[in-house]
Amino acid sequence: MTTLRIKNAVKRYPNGALAVEGVSVDVEDGELCVFVGPSGCGKSTLLRMVAGLEDVTEGEVELAGRVVNDLEPADRNIAMVFQNYALYPHMSVRKNLAYGLKNRGTPKAEIEAKVQEAAELLQIADYLDRRPGQLSGGQRQRVAMGRAIVRDPAIFLFDEPLSNLDAKLRNQMRLEIKKLQRRLGVAAIYVTHDQVEAMTLADKIVVLNAGKIEQIGTPAEVYGNPATTFVASFIGAPPMNLIPAEAENGAIRLGDQTLNLGLDHRGPVTFGLRPERAHIGASGEGLRMETGVVEELGAIRLVHGRVGPHEITVTQNADQPIPGAEAVLRVEASDIHLFDAETGRRV
Amino acid sequence: MKKAQFSNPWLPYALLAPQMLIIAIFFLWPAAEAIRSSFYLEDPFFGNATFVGLQNYTDAFRASDYQRTAWFTALFVTLVSLLSLAIGLMLAVSADRVLRGQSSYKTLLMWVYAIAPPVAGLIGVMLFDQHIGPLVDFFALFGWEMRLGVNYWDTGIAIIIVSTWKQIPYNFIFFLSGLQSIPNSVKEAARIDCRSERRRFWTITFPLLAPTSFFLLILNITYAMFETFGTIDQMVKDQPGNSPVTLVYKVYRDGFRGNDLGGSAAQSVVLMVLVLILTIVQFRLIERRVHYN
Repeated sequence: MTTLRIKNAVKRYPNGALAVEGVSVDVEDGELCVFVGPSGCGKSTLLRMVAGLEDVTEGEVELAGRVVNDLEPADRNIAMVFQNYALYPHMSVRKNLAYGLKNRGTPKAEIEAKVQEAAELLQIADYLDRRPGQLSGGQRQRVAMGRAIVRDPAIFLFDEPLSNLDAKLRNQMRLEIKKLQRRLGVAAIYVTHDQVEAMTLADKIVVLNAGKIEQIGTPAEVYGNPATTFVASFIGAPPMNLIPAEAENGAIRLGDQTLNLGLDHRGPVTFGLRPERAHIGASGEGLRMETGVVEELGAIRLVHGRVGPHEITVTQNADQPIPGAEAVLRVEASDIHLFDAETGRRV
Repeated sequence: MKKAQFSNPWLPYALLAPQMLIIAIFFLWPAAEAIRSSFYLEDPFFGNATFVGLQNYTDAFRASDYQRTAWFTALFVTLVSLLSLAIGLMLAVSADRVLRGQSSYKTLLMWVYAIAPPVAGLIGVMLFDQHIGPLVDFFALFGWEMRLGVNYWDTGIAIIIVSTWKQIPYNFIFFLSGLQSIPNSVKEAARIDCRSERRRFWTITFPLLAPTSFFLLILNITYAMFETFGTIDQMVKDQPGNSPVTLVYKVYRDGFRGNDLGGSAAQSVVLMVLVLILTIVQFRLIERRVHYN
C-alpha cells in the first residue's frame, strides 16, 4: 500500500518564484524515503507542503488515500521533527509530549501511558519533568522524536533533524532513527542535504535539484546508475570524476587518449568515473595520468592528478605503493558512466 | 563581564565622578531635602521652618482628599496599565500577521509614541472639548454628555483614555519584537499539534511572551504613576481642584499651588518609598525572570 502520494506538486510563491516544479513521489507503507539535494532545491518546501505548512499551488498530496491539500496541519495525521527541535521552551518534557494529544482530546490516562511508553523507548523517562532548556542537544532531539511518536502518525516528516548535532552524535542518532523507524514500521520522509545520511538511511532516495526530481531510486541504484551528471556528482564522496569527451567508432576520446569500449554512441559526452573504481598502477593498458597531490585518509588515500588538461581524483588502498609522477589508470568498461554533454542525462 | 585593570587606582573613580556628581546633585540632594522638609512646617515665603515631626504625614493620610486621590490613582494605574497592555498586545498580534506593508503599518502605530505628554494632553483637551471635541459628540450619540473639568468621572475617564492611548505604541513595539523572537518552527510545531488558533495563542504564544509582559507591566505602572503628569496637567489645568488627579499631581498641586511645602514633601516621600518598592520588585523579578534557553 502507498502511504503518501504526491502528484505533480507545484509550489509557486506570490512573487512568481517556482520552488517546486511538478514533483511526483510515492512513499510506500513503512518506507523511509529521503529527499536529498543542495540547499534551495525545494526539498524542504516539498516536505512542508506534505505537512500543510505551505500551500500546494498545483497538484495533489494524498495521505492514506485521502487528498489533504486543504486540511490544516493538525488534521493531517502527520508528525514532524524540526531541524532546531522546535520544543516548547516553557513546558516540561512531559507536557511537550502530551500537548498534541491533549489538544486532540485524548483521555488523560491514555496520554499518560503513551508519554511513558515513548519516553522509555527513547530513554528520556528520567527527564520528563525537566524543561528543554535544561537538556543537551541529543536529549532535545530525542524529545522532538518523542513528540512525533506519541501522535501515532500515518507518516513521520524529518526536516534535517541531525544538522544541529556534532558529528559523533549525528552518526549515533542517525542509526537510532533508522532503528526506531524500522521498529515502528511507520512511513517517513527524511529531508537532508547530506548525501551520506541519504545513502545510509534511505529505502528510497529522491534526488532533487532546482525544484525538479533528478532521480528516484534505492541508494544502490542512485549510486550505481546515476541518471544525470547532477546525481553523479551529488551522490558519493569524493564525487564522481566528470570529464568532457568525444564518443566515436565505439571508442571514447579523452583529449589525446582513446579508450576502446565497444559503444555505439557518437558525439560529445561527459565521461564519468567514480574515484574508487579506477585501479591506479605504474604501467600497463589504460588512461595515462599525471599525479599531483596525495591525501592520506588512513585506510585509503586520495590521489589527485590530471588526465590531459582535466582534473581527476582516484582512491587507492593505503597499503598500495604511492604512484610516481606518471601513472596509468586501469578502468573496466562497466564502471564507466556516459552522459549526454548537453542535457547531462545518462546515455 | 570583562574585568578591566587600571594602572592608576584612582582612575576608575575619576571616570565615575561626573555621573556620581549628577546623581548626587539631581537625585540625592533633592531627595534628602524632601525628606528633611517633610518633618517641618515650612513658611512658604522663605521664613522660619518649624519642626513638627510626623504631623505632615498624619495630616496627609487623614485628609479625605488624599484618600480619594490615592483610590483614583490605584484605579487609574490599573486601568491604564492593563488597557494599554491589552490593546498593545492585540495590535502587535495583528501586525505580526500582516505580511505585506508590515513596516509602514508598524511605523504608523509607533508614531503616537513620539508625542510629548503635554501635547498628548492638549490633543486630549481638544478631543474632549465641550464644543469642538469629536469624542464628546460621539459619546453624546449614546446619550452621555461628557463634561471635561466639570464632572469628576467624565474627566477621569478622559484622562484614562488619553494616557492609555499615549502608552499603547510603547507596549506595541515590545510585544511585536517579543512575538517576532518566538522561533517560527515553534509556531509551526504548534500548528501541527493544535488546530485552534486561539488555543495556540493562549498555550504557546502568550506564555512565551510572559517575560516581555512582566517587564512591560512594571514599566506601565511606572508610566501611569509618574509620567502621566504632563497629560494630566494639560487636561485639568483650569480645574485642578475638583478634578481627579494622581498622587504625583497632588504633590505638585499642594506644594506649588497650595504652598503647603511640608505636606507636599511628606507625600513625595511616600511616593519615593513606592518607587523604591517598585524598583526592588522589578530588579528582583527581572533577575529571576523566566529565561527560556
